[in-house]
Amino acid sequence: MTERSPVLSVRGLSVRFLLPGGRRIAAVTDAHFDVAPGECLALIGESGCGKSVLASALLGLLPANARTAGHARLGDLDLLTSDERTLARTVRGRRIGLIPQSPAAHLTPVRTIRSQLQETVAQLTGVRGRAALRTAAEQAAARAEFPPDHLDRHPHELSGGLAQRAATALALVGEAPLLLADEPTTGLDRDLVDRTVDELRRHVDADRALLMITHDLAAAERIADRVAVMYAGRIVELTAADTFFGAPGPRHPYSRGLLEALPDRSFTPIPGLPPELGDLPDGCAFAARCDRATDACTALPPFTDSVACHHPVPAPTPEDIRA
Amino acid sequence: MLELHAVTAGYDRRAPVVRDASLTVAPGEAVGLLGPSGCGKSTLARVAALLHRPDSGTVVLDGTPVHRYRHRAPRDRRTAVGVVFQQPRLSADPRLRLTDLIAEPLRATGRRAAAPARVAELAQTVGLTADLLTRRPHEVSDGQLQRACLARALVLRPRWLICDEMTAMLDASTTAALVRVVEDYRTSTGAGLLAVGHDRTLLNRWCDRTVHWDTVTSTATKVLT
Ligand SMILES: Nc1ncnc2c1ncn2[C@@H]1O[C@H](COP(=O)(O)OP(=O)(O)O)[C@@H](O)[C@H]1O
Ligand code: SF4
Ligand SMILES: [Mg+2]
Repeated sequence: MTERSPVLSVRGLSVRFLLPGGRRIAAVTDAHFDVAPGECLALIGESGCGKSVLASALLGLLPANARTAGHARLGDLDLLTSDERTLARTVRGRRIGLIPQSPAAHLTPVRTIRSQLQETVAQLTGVRGRAALRTAAEQAAARAEFPPDHLDRHPHELSGGLAQRAATALALVGEAPLLLADEPTTGLDRDLVDRTVDELRRHVDADRALLMITHDLAAAERIADRVAVMYAGRIVELTAADTFFGAPGPRHPYSRGLLEALPDRSFTPIPGLPPELGDLPDGCAFAARCDRATDACTALPPFTDSVACHHPVPAPTPEDIRA
Repeated sequence: MLELHAVTAGYDRRAPVVRDASLTVAPGEAVGLLGPSGCGKSTLARVAALLHRPDSGTVVLDGTPVHRYRHRAPRDRRTAVGVVFQQPRLSADPRLRLTDLIAEPLRATGRRAAAPARVAELAQTVGLTADLLTRRPHEVSDGQLQRACLARALVLRPRWLICDEMTAMLDASTTAALVRVVEDYRTSTGAGLLAVGHDRTLLNRWCDRTVHWDTVTSTATKVLT
């Protein structure tokens, strides 16, 4: 996480959706972050805040009415300006392994998991020959803890947890240097979350970079080196995971509210709803829900240090500043 | 009482996913049912919600055994139970605006006139703004749609609520908000709750008591997740 050049470097990434009637949805605004080899960055935030749109932008999978700005560099390539042919042939699966949000929808319904794994192995690796493909597919399944006796099933015959593991197995086949996992643990029970997350961590420890999008704070705590918190399309805090989940805790009022809402903390919701991404206030988007808001918050808070907030908590001590 | 006696259920009579499950919820009680993914919890929840006919065993609702399920269940029984599922997108008609989604059970039971007032009241309860109510499911987030699905489940003032992994897709704050709505409803109406899930911390915090799947089913079946 130190001096090595990042696998992914995102600078000023914004995504706008143009709607009929001239409406614009500011799904992602001015995102900056890096992910290094051997590092997991967890991107957290409530549903609808722009996490998946950010992922789609990186993969070139945005719908036609989307407009992007900024840069997302993966080595020598800018993902935001690459053409579809490049993305399809050299990026998705090979340089970015995607673990999708709805695995059932991502799997091909009419084919067994074994046949999908074998096809992906044949496409993305040098393995050839029936027996070798069969073995490689079984190994890929094993890496994601997909049970071998379910390999001949079709996606609809799998529970949500097994479909997720099948999708994970597929994503790992290409040994891509960057893994992008969008809510990889949704619908899994805690043991399975832990196992899935630990498996992903093994790939990080094998020097891959992982951008993990999740709303599951416990999963993020287990796997992440750093945490980025997104609110209303902006990254409002980006900090080390141990600082975030341990002491002194996050500094942005929204991040603190999210953590406090956990059932093993105060289980208190943040009042109100996030603002509409088509109708954001000029100042801080969290102001209407924030108990620290002042007149200053009608101006957009710049991202300084680790947080975008006019009145972050707690005030940094001299020791924190050089952390 | 909501009673499940020796319920065996599934999708293939030769290989039921729930075997011999028994469970009771008293009025005003919140019971958590904890089990791993794929164990059959959702299937049992659907039986309890009268949405899935068991292969054998009985469901007794407020003292009367249930004989008919799904759309064949008599109206007063169906409306006694409100259900919220894990995935709001799969349980919400994509063509309906949220306001109509919430009002749907009122319409289906011939209480259309009551809809505007009741929807307005519930929208407030679950934290949906007027603007959101005019949108269709694809125009709102999962969290917002789940708020609408919870409002729909409460619209007929059910005596029983079944929440099957209601918050599994949701962030911590939305989870806490929806659990609070359910708890406020229970406190004010005395309704009973069966909350099905796999998050022990959540169910322990939420419910009066939490039972584990293995103790509910007499023959704990080994099912892969
Ligand atoms: N419609 C269906 N047809 C066939 N099998 C199903 C169907 N729905 C669920 N199953 C199977 O039933 C088992 C239990 O599922 P479910 O009740 O959804 O468990 P849980 O909610 O605990 O995850 C799983 O193995 C699942 O694959
Ligand atoms: S900038 Fe102001 S309103 Fe926004 S989070 Fe900070 S204190 Fe709250
Ligand atoms: Mg389930």
